[in-house]
Order: sequence, then C-alpha cells, then structure tokens
Amino acid sequence: MWIFILAELLVFAIFFTSYAFARSGNVALFNHYQQTLNRDIGAANTLILLTGSLFVVLAVQAIKAGKVSLCRNWLLASIGSGALFVILKGIEFADKFGQGISLSTNTFYMFYLSLTFFHFMHVILGMIILAAVAWKAQAGDYSAAEHTGVETGASYWHMVDLVWIVLFPLVYVIR
Amino acid sequence: MKIAILWLLLVGLTLLTWWAGQVGYSGQWLVVALLISVFTKGHFIIADFMALREVSPLWRILVHGWLVLVLCLIYLAYWVGM
Repeated sequence: MWIFILAELLVFAIFFTSYAFARSGNVALFNHYQQTLNRDIGAANTLILLTGSLFVVLAVQAIKAGKVSLCRNWLLASIGSGALFVILKGIEFADKFGQGISLSTNTFYMFYLSLTFFHFMHVILGMIILAAVAWKAQAGDYSAAEHTGVETGASYWHMVDLVWIVLFPLVYVIR
Repeated sequence: MKIAILWLLLVGLTLLTWWAGQVGYSGQWLVVALLISVFTKGHFIIADFMALREVSPLWRILVHGWLVLVLCLIYLAYWVGM
C-alpha cells in the first residue's frame, strides 16, 4: 500500500507543480477566477477531512487496545466525515456546472475542476477502503495483536488529507 | 490527548489560512507564511497521524521529502510569476 500511496503523491505533485507554473504565466487570470471559488466550503472541507483523520487515528488506537467495536465506530465516523466532504464538494461542483463552467472555460477552471475532481475521487476511494476495513473489523478479522489492515487503510485516508492540506491554500488562497 | 491538541493546532492553522483569503491578503510574505503553515500541518499529519514517527526513517524522509519538494516548487513558480 505504501508504494501505491507514494505513487499517488507523485501524481499529485505533478498536478500541483503544473498548476503553480501555469499560474505563473497567467497570474491575472488565475487571481481573478480564484475569487469566484467558494473559500468557505474549501475551508469547511479542510476541517472535515482533518476531523475524519482524527477519527481514523482514534480507530487505530482503539484496535491497538483490543476495542474492536470502538474501532469500527470511529471508522464509521470517519466515513461519515468523508460523506460530508463529498456532499459539500458536490454542492460546489453543482454551482460551477450550473453556471456553465467546464474544463474548457479557461486554464484556471481546467486546473481547478480536474485537480479537485481527481482528489474528490480519492476521497470516495478512501471511504470505500475504510468501509472495507470497518466490515472486516466487525467480522473480527482485527485484534490488538493483528491490525495491519486498519493501519494501512488509515494511511491511505491520511494521504487524502495531506494532499488536500496542500490543495486548499494553493488553489483557494494563494494569490 | 496529544492527538486532540494536534487536531486543534491543525484546525487553528486552517482557520488562519481561510482568514488570510477572506481579507484578501496577497504577496510574497503571505505565500511564505502559508507554505510554512502547510509544512507544519503536513509534518504533523505525516509524523503523528500516519504514525511515521514510529517507523523506519526511510518512509518518513520520503513523505516529508515529497512535501518539501512540492512546497519549494510552488514557491519557485510563485516567484517566477512575480
């Protein structure tokens, strides 16, 4: 899983660098259209992902203590935070699509839509992974002695969080 | 307890980032401050949330290296665009 996570980080690094250098050649355009983004939703989604990550850490701590039900409940809470992220991001996307904005509108929106949608898909994949881990926890597959699966799922979720930590200021704030 | 304090720190830094955007600050020093803030948040996520503080230094160096490289390239691009 860690090789997979590093590969994902590499892809996001290319995306971030491409965005940053594309911006350097179109500063006025990027600064102008950045103001059309909903920074409140962006910040709220950052807080939601951070809280989801806290829940995942608590799930790992619970399984290390042999508390299987508590581990499952924290995992379900983190999936809930992911669902909240998806809903808010969906509202943001719907607003932009409703205004007729698409990948071909301009360079800024091409990067904004592709970057945030790519990350959005990772949140959904993270939720699926956490759901599978919660399912296995419920089935009694994890214990205080053997919980590698929980830690692996947790690492993926933290990677999704880490990437958003860079994405939010880069796309929504830096000007 | 420690993890809850870290979470509060991460929330505080996020709110500062949001506030900087709301008041419309811009410029090189704001970008430097924001990137330091991102590094701080990223460091704690890598070391304490991912728990890489407890494993082989190789993984920690790789993920921290990713973060530092990305932030340096973002700053370089910003500087080029100034």
